[in-house]
Amino acid sequence: MKHLLWRSLDYFLLATLALLFLAPILMMLVGSLKPDQRVLVEAGSLVAFIPHQASLQNYADVFARSDFLRFLLNSLLITGAIVTTGLLVNSLAAYAFARLQWRGRDLLFNLVLALMILPLEGIAVPLFYQVALLGLRDTYTAQILPFIANAFAIYLFYSFFIGLPRELEEAARLDGASTLRTFFSIIVPNSKPVFASVAILTFLMWWGSYLWPLMVTIGPAVRPLPVAIASFYTLPPLQWGDILAFGVMMVSPVLLIFLLFQRWFVRGVVATAIKG
Amino acid sequence: MAGIVFDSVSKSFDGARIIDSLKLAVADGELLVLVGPSGCGKSTVLRMVAGLELVTEGSIHIGGRIVNDLPPQQRNVAMVFQNYALYPHMTVRQNLAFPLKMKKLAAVEVERRVAETAAMLDLTSLLARRPRALSGGQRQRVAMGRAIIREADVFLMDEPLSNLDAGLRGQIRSDIAALQARLGITTLYVTHDQTEAMTLGQRVAVMRKGRLQQVAPPHALYTSPANIFVAGFIGSPAMNILRATLEEEGGERFLRLDGQRLPLTGAVIQRHHGLAGHTGRELLVGIRPEDLALTDSAGPGALTLTLHTAESLGHETLVHLDGEVETLAPEAPEPAKATGAQPRMIAVLPGHHPISRGEILHLRPDPGRLHLFDRGGVSLVRAEGSSGLQRRVAKGLRAL
Repeated sequence: MKHLLWRSLDYFLLATLALLFLAPILMMLVGSLKPDQRVLVEAGSLVAFIPHQASLQNYADVFARSDFLRFLLNSLLITGAIVTTGLLVNSLAAYAFARLQWRGRDLLFNLVLALMILPLEGIAVPLFYQVALLGLRDTYTAQILPFIANAFAIYLFYSFFIGLPRELEEAARLDGASTLRTFFSIIVPNSKPVFASVAILTFLMWWGSYLWPLMVTIGPAVRPLPVAIASFYTLPPLQWGDILAFGVMMVSPVLLIFLLFQRWFVRGVVATAIKG
Repeated sequence: MAGIVFDSVSKSFDGARIIDSLKLAVADGELLVLVGPSGCGKSTVLRMVAGLELVTEGSIHIGGRIVNDLPPQQRNVAMVFQNYALYPHMTVRQNLAFPLKMKKLAAVEVERRVAETAAMLDLTSLLARRPRALSGGQRQRVAMGRAIIREADVFLMDEPLSNLDAGLRGQIRSDIAALQARLGITTLYVTHDQTEAMTLGQRVAVMRKGRLQQVAPPHALYTSPANIFVAGFIGSPAMNILRATLEEEGGERFLRLDGQRLPLTGAVIQRHHGLAGHTGRELLVGIRPEDLALTDSAGPGALTLTLHTAESLGHETLVHLDGEVETLAPEAPEPAKATGAQPRMIAVLPGHHPISRGEILHLRPDPGRLHLFDRGGVSLVRAEGSSGLQRRVAKGLRAL
């Protein structure tokens, strides 16, 4: 009986917390279906969560007022390119740090680790000059290239690879596999959790990226979603329903990807023992 | 196929010498067991042959070719790891096929050899399983299969049985011996288990602290250990090592052990050359626990000892004894008193003996089976004539 009571309390607490975290997303979803003038009026009460007078008008407005599909494709292209090339480059770099013997390895690895504490805002201006000098402003390249190599991703891969049994690689080498072949045939298939973690973390990091695209893009041609949604605040009329509808469509791919890879993500987090 | 020759091979890690000037030859088709306590460098020797560790000094030859600078891929050696190192994401079939795919063999040939190897090792019904779904013994067989399928020049086995339970170990040990004999592939087998070494090896090389102590067929190691380390390491329970003085009286030579007297037979004197030079000097005497027999009375040739504990194993009884005699740990020839507790003498008595603690026992060592060592722990036995295998090895070394 006592056990049951504790259990109920546990579930009650968990449900409350889940609701607390879900509330903004739910409010966004419900708000996106409401007539524009109701959104702000009802925002302070529980009615905000009730989808009365629901319609898809706000969604239609988003498509009418902006080239949403283009921004979505831009975001997918930029983030997708950073994620895929990043997985390759960072995992290979981490493997070289974790397993190969070469002069200066430890020094360079420490330098890479030090880069983790450097925020983008700190180097944004010099990076901008560099991109401008190279004539890369308003291109996809400017939004992809600087972010492929990522110290945090290297660190995550490194911590995972260092824990893999060394004998697997030694066996592969004795079986006749080259270093690259060992990496792709033995290491990668046994590191799925960390690849999933890094993919999701990188995706989240750049899907919502705002400052850098704002700096390097000029027109809407190569602009991603976060910069595009900002224009809804600055260009009149200010319509909260449209903004919420835009938000729902912007967040959906993130949720979808997270749900798809959730199993790997959790395993990866456990395996590399990162928090948060 | 090919023999392996270590020509003064040394290995250092961060200035510490792990392997010291190893000279050893493994004949073509031979199964040589490298045995020694953990940390003696035996696995490092194996890894140097595989190319997984670099040689600091000297050279390693496989089939007459120096391999020091060859990467593992080019040495054509196959290795069975202690934890098997099966690729977890591949099925048994894919594990077996991997080395062949690396050789870029045709798919038909790969399939044929996988089927053949699987049949040989009774793995056919397991081909579709992943390592996770296999028992310890099955994994071990897959690891063997992956080594065999390569048709490598040399097999390296790094404690391949240590993860198995005792019953299975005995069975797989004999399987390995039979397989090696059938395939005739030069094999270097590393273990810390002296029973494994004795039952498996055509010759056994005993190592200690990076140095080779003795290489000999198993029985020769047991009967003529080169020093007290080998004497203590080979055989279970370990040989008793006692401090004694060689004395001579009326033309008869005997050992004096703290007031007790052990006469030496002609056979023992003949076997231990240069014994004369030790008259009046201290030396070490080794007595195997199984060479001690109970006798009714004290007297010349018998040791008087007090029972500390008796362990009955059913068919025999292990007795641990205290006494006046000074015993030494075989690990080092310096007095055991300086390093800690003096080891107790052990005797193995056939059958069950209902004896109790504190009882006085008289034990007579088999006079023909005493092992004599100088004060430094080196055997005084005359070197025995070399066997055919030793001659081949000597020839291998000369050919360098």
